[in-house]
Amino acid sequence: MRREKAPLWIGLLAALGAAFFIIPLVGLVVRAPWGDAARSLTSADSLEALKLSLIASLSSTALALVLGVPLAWVYARVDFPGRAVVRALTTLPMVLPPVVGGIALLLAFGRRGLLGSWLALVGVSLPFTTAGVVLAETFVAMPFLVLTVEAGLRSMDRRYEDAARTLGARRWTVFTRVTLPLIAPSIFAGAVLCWARALGEFGATITFAGNFPGVTQTMPLAVYLLLETNNPQGSYVLSLVLLLVSLAVLVGLRHRWLGSA
Amino acid sequence: MQFTLEEGEVVALLGPNGAGKTTLLRAIAGLLPLASGRVVLDGRVLEDAASRAYVPTEERSIGFVFQDYLLFPHLSVVDNVAFGVRSRAVAAEWLERMGLSRYASARPAALSGGERQRVALARALAPGPRVLLLDEPLAALDVSARADVRRDLKAHLSAFRGVRLLVTHDPLEAVTLADRLIVMEQGKHVQSGTPVEVTERPRSRYVADLVGVNLLRGLADHGAVRVGSALVAAAGADSGEVFAVVHPRAVALHRARPEGSPRNVWQGRAGGIELLGDRVRVRIEGEVPMVAEVTPGALAELGLVEGTPVWLSFKATDVAVYPA
Repeated sequence: MRREKAPLWIGLLAALGAAFFIIPLVGLVVRAPWGDAARSLTSADSLEALKLSLIASLSSTALALVLGVPLAWVYARVDFPGRAVVRALTTLPMVLPPVVGGIALLLAFGRRGLLGSWLALVGVSLPFTTAGVVLAETFVAMPFLVLTVEAGLRSMDRRYEDAARTLGARRWTVFTRVTLPLIAPSIFAGAVLCWARALGEFGATITFAGNFPGVTQTMPLAVYLLLETNNPQGSYVLSLVLLLVSLAVLVGLRHRWLGSA
Repeated sequence: MQFTLEEGEVVALLGPNGAGKTTLLRAIAGLLPLASGRVVLDGRVLEDAASRAYVPTEERSIGFVFQDYLLFPHLSVVDNVAFGVRSRAVAAEWLERMGLSRYASARPAALSGGERQRVALARALAPGPRVLLLDEPLAALDVSARADVRRDLKAHLSAFRGVRLLVTHDPLEAVTLADRLIVMEQGKHVQSGTPVEVTERPRSRYVADLVGVNLLRGLADHGAVRVGSALVAAAGADSGEVFAVVHPRAVALHRARPEGSPRNVWQGRAGGIELLGDRVRVRIEGEVPMVAEVTPGALAELGLVEGTPVWLSFKATDVAVYPA
């Protein structure tokens, strides 16, 4: 990279842009009630929200892996009619307002939804349950995993699969013993990205699953509720926890997204 | 093109880059569907474009050594070799045979090019295939490592009793490793035979250039070959379409028209001049372009530079003639 000095006006705007991000974060760290942090964190409500968030986000990441890796494989390898349309539709949640996603989920899986009415017949009800939280988070977060894994599949050297076939490996063996290990870095990055997105999910969750402590109230929901119910201190602490998690993800994957900068 | 490979012989498919050699190997292995044609092994049809018969690669019993070996980077050396044979014990025996036991638990990235090639060979041979295909087996190696690896490869190839086909653009590799050559250009079969037959009687410009001889093609007419409008005296030329080969060493150069016995004498202009060890190759432009090989001393004496008019001569008995 060729280094140079920034002209004054570019430098000023750039500094303003950076400050826009840094000041709120600094504010959070400075104003957080560090003394009460331990007590706030270990309060029953906070612990419950934390536990639920971990369970739901990890479950949705697992679900995204089970469904998303095969989907990415199909996108990367199979040419079928309508592929572009299907691919666009499954990528849509990345840009769709999450609350719209929540409404869409209600209309599909709600008690009177397209599938929900059938599910009700066999006694399964998803809205306002922990399973509903997992569903909402998966809906919003899985596209991140699919796109990352698809890119990994497209850039891998497929001749390794050819080599495996000449050694007598059938398709399933090729997939599990050659393809998956070779794209493992992409799968890992996609899973982390998906998990981070699921952990922060708010709009689709509150719309589809509601806000019931211990059942559907995840960390972001708890943060919002604490702020609304005049316990801002508690919301600061939980926000700080989410900030640290995000920071850890960014540091862990920095080579992938930030290059060597 | 069509060819049959026999057990007990090593066949080299020789051709310039882009001739379709690798494509052909991949098609034999079933990695590339045939648009037309067929592949038969031991009387069993592996693939036939006409009847749409297709035996998948994994059921063909064909071992493949890829140009850059394609060892699985996430598996250890022993697990690479065990991949096809599904037995670490058998894989360990192969590593022993290849002198690679000490690298069993290493990753392929830690090995030298020659070692990687042996691992690739062991991996391909361990499951006991009927056919072994090798794609440019030495191309990925440093020039300095090639001689040793070539010798090893020859030994390992002769230890395998199945059908062996290797693809190369390097004539040295083809001649040293193979019992029979198949020359291929632009997807077409040009010539085949033992290395001696092919190098002594080239049938294409490509092979003639590889061997470094002058190749003429014309109509034989009782002791001469008509090449274009020129007539080249050639002992043994009888009739019909023929190839005529003249070794550059048999071509003499002169500043003035030479006296004496050579039957073929004509004037041309010096073209490209190329130093080749202790000899110099001079291309002589003219109606029948020829390459002559002289000593650097002779070149200095002639005072040849590009464009100098020069006389060349060669004897009719130095022209080898065979039917085209």
